[in-house]
Amino acid sequence: MKHHINFKVNGDDYSLAVDPWRTLNEVLRQDLNLTGTKLGCGTGDCGACTVIVDDRTVSSCLTLAVSVDGKSIRTVEGLAPSGEALHSIQKAFIKTGAIQCGFCTAGMEMSALHLLSHNPSPNEKEIRTGLSGNLCRCTGYNQIVEAISIAAEKMRGSQSEEVE
Amino acid sequence: MRLPKFEYFAPKTLEAALCLLAEKGEGARVLAGGTDLLIKMKQDLLRPKVIIGLKGIDGLDKIDFQVKKGLTIGATALLAEVASHPDILKRYPAVAYAAQETANVQIRNMGTVGGNLCNAAPSADNAPTLIAMKAEVILAGLKGERRLPLDQFFIGPGITALEPGEIMTSIFVPLPSPKTGTSYQHISARGKVDISAVCVGVMATFEGETCRQALIVLGSVAPTPLRAKKAEGLVQGQKWTMELIEKAGDQAAEESKPISDVRASSEYRQEMVAVLTRRALREAHKRAKKR
Repeated sequence: MKHHINFKVNGDDYSLAVDPWRTLNEVLRQDLNLTGTKLGCGTGDCGACTVIVDDRTVSSCLTLAVSVDGKSIRTVEGLAPSGEALHSIQKAFIKTGAIQCGFCTAGMEMSALHLLSHNPSPNEKEIRTGLSGNLCRCTGYNQIVEAISIAAEKMRGSQSEEVE
Repeated sequence: MRLPKFEYFAPKTLEAALCLLAEKGEGARVLAGGTDLLIKMKQDLLRPKVIIGLKGIDGLDKIDFQVKKGLTIGATALLAEVASHPDILKRYPAVAYAAQETANVQIRNMGTVGGNLCNAAPSADNAPTLIAMKAEVILAGLKGERRLPLDQFFIGPGITALEPGEIMTSIFVPLPSPKTGTSYQHISARGKVDISAVCVGVMATFEGETCRQALIVLGSVAPTPLRAKKAEGLVQGQKWTMELIEKAGDQAAEESKPISDVRASSEYRQEMVAVLTRRALREAHKRAKKR
């Protein structure tokens, strides 16, 4: 039996009927065509599928779509809603060359957003701890850490940019 | 990797959940964070016909601390919430630390301490400290609830004392007596995210420089979390010296029964039991002096 769920993704309301065994990752990618969120390991180890549900980062591959009924979700598409003007985190990733193959990037950026919304001035150790659930197979960690540090500075400077 | 098909229920009350569990019988499983259960289902190790989600049950996620009684951690309280709760950080630092050291950020935002215990992995990060602190689990069934010392909860890898139809509703941790310190220590091949190859939880009570009592619990070195009872006996009533800590570590290592697997060899594990037991005893002693 399908379950009826209502939820927000990047501020937009959605109302769907979903099978209970479908994950949030499948619904985002297949039903809503929000393919920025990736599917990596499928077992909560790699972090490529990270999205923010009600202010907490989760692995969308281990989240049942039925369980997000009534919740608010933010995906990488929500970082640059216009599709043109990039978020400070994205700009910093480009600036430092923190993207190699790009597969981990969406998850990294969502973890970065979650980290910076709770800790606007993280030191290097805190950044690395904040990213402990995200693997980069290209091993470009140094650039990613640098990018988040630059983004943090930028976001502290401009209060206008919404963190949440 | 896709999930197999199942029926899903999200009861709003514990009674409704217990009725569902009784009605659906053996093919039903309860779901808290899902970070163990859903993986096992994806890997085809489990194929429940019915999933009963517990996160919609009001109050089951409550963390409650009372100075005169102790700490109650609701079954669906997130690892992240336990790790950052002010009362737990202040009064139960080793409990908060063990929750913080479990898996990674995303898993701590989904998973629960209760789920970590019910999954009953020998390596469960939250078990050793809670056993050392004499925690009890509260298990509810249609006939009522019972309390069980956590020490008696683990039967084997993945097997607990939960009877069919029972749901763990909370974990109770008594307030440690004065001059008592606790510590959690663990080690794994790949830093913090990896599953612990060895973990140790300790609670020790002192009178001046004499150890009145110590509880030493080892994880990941036996089919269930293991009390190192001979090591506990060795330090009890003894003057606290470097030599005593050294001996206690050796004794705990001797009592451990580790296997060799992908995470570490049994020889390495045994060595690390000694090292981590000593570290845990030293930290517990340091913390006890502050209280």
